[in-house]
Amino acid sequence: MATAVTPEAVEKVVFDALPQFGADPDEITREATFEDLDVDSLDLAELSQIIEDEFGVQLKGDDVGKIKTVGDAIDLVVSRAG
Amino acid sequence: MKCEVAITGIGAVTPLGVGARTLHERWTAGQSGIQDGEGACTEFEPTEFLTKKEVRRADRFTQFALVASDEALREAGWEGEKPYESDRIGCIIGTGIGGIGTLTQNHQVLLEEGPGKVSPLAIPLMMGNAGAGAVSMRHGLRGPSYATLSACAAGAHSIGDAVRLIEHGDADAMVTGGSEAALVPLARAAFAALDALSDTGISRPFDVRRDGFVMGEGAAVLVLEDAEQARERGADILGYVRGYGASSDSYHLTAPEKDGGGAIEAMKSALADAGLEPQDIVYVNAHGTSTPLNDRAETKAIKKVLGDHAYDVPVSSTKSAIGHLLGAAGSVEAVATLLALRDRIAPPTLGLEEPEEGLDLDYVPGKARPLAIDGKRAIAMSNAFGFGGHNAVLLLEAE
Repeated sequence: MATAVTPEAVEKVVFDALPQFGADPDEITREATFEDLDVDSLDLAELSQIIEDEFGVQLKGDDVGKIKTVGDAIDLVVSRAG
Repeated sequence: MKCEVAITGIGAVTPLGVGARTLHERWTAGQSGIQDGEGACTEFEPTEFLTKKEVRRADRFTQFALVASDEALREAGWEGEKPYESDRIGCIIGTGIGGIGTLTQNHQVLLEEGPGKVSPLAIPLMMGNAGAGAVSMRHGLRGPSYATLSACAAGAHSIGDAVRLIEHGDADAMVTGGSEAALVPLARAAFAALDALSDTGISRPFDVRRDGFVMGEGAAVLVLEDAEQARERGADILGYVRGYGASSDSYHLTAPEKDGGGAIEAMKSALADAGLEPQDIVYVNAHGTSTPLNDRAETKAIKKVLGDHAYDVPVSSTKSAIGHLLGAAGSVEAVATLLALRDRIAPPTLGLEEPEEGLDLDYVPGKARPLAIDGKRAIAMSNAFGFGGHNAVLLLEAE
């Protein structure tokens, strides 16, 4: 069963996932940009897979291309679920 | 007249340890990197050399290539600013199979968890050119880059092609080599099904008891430069690639021609390319796989090409110490050959006690010994032959 999509739940999943890609846990905030965290398009493809797995929300192509910050990603997931 | 191509840096990761000199010193000391019937790089810990992100972005075969390339570029004095424009430096990294570990892991995920769980990194990590791409990105090399994929000749083809690109003027320098990491159950089972692997787990080329090759893994990378430009920049030159010859058996998918066939042509064309005579060769680093067929055919080919001189030249097999590194073998053995020439030492064929009848060359059994070059230039032949009937031969010279 997919987890209920709340901003808090999504934030937790995203914050927990990013260090796997090499992001420094101390630098992960909603305001941090993926560029600053050295998280690139391949990492975002993996993150999308984790999110789909957890929440049943698909993020594809254009969606992912537009997001710049960690907060953008969280907001997008929440809005998609709504 | 074609330009000279100098070798200014070398690096290796092998079952004998991390580092080109480690390979050379341990092999010449008679140490073996084969344990439990396999040549695994047990001393290699990727996180000692690569960041967490770099490790997860690279299949093991690419990790080997990256670490070997760092060593080679460091030796060439290329840390920091490169001595050439980035678009004048190319990169060719050969492999026999590519990221088969990534392939099999993801296939298992596909079967057990479904297509939605297959990693987006699966293709970029498993592709055979991943090593070349990663090395090029790591060092900012923007000249021609690609992989050679010719089974166990790939690591010699890569060096040969790199030499040609420099000679042709397509690049001033090349970072080139070969890499393999195929110690996974699928590859083991498949080679065993072909009856190519040693049942005893012992690599003893040319011995009457040899029963197949022992799988190994690792990589070697060389920095090649147009020698004139290397001298101008004051580089320390380790040696030269003097000749390259390549051919095909066009005979059988896995077996060599029993009389040496295409291997003879490759050796001859390497000599012609270098403008050298058989008598100029002071050492042969054999392909020497420890399979019954290769060691017989290769011995015949060496005799055919070198004539009576074949009996005066030490011929030894690196695979006796580290196993068969498949697509990395040609590069690892080129590096081992160069260092042997520099130290004027003939490294041993380990495990060879009882040569098969008819295998009557000087295979340097068991123990290294000084390489007597008698006032000649220190020039060696390094052979690499692959499934598919691919043959690649390099002639290397040390100062």
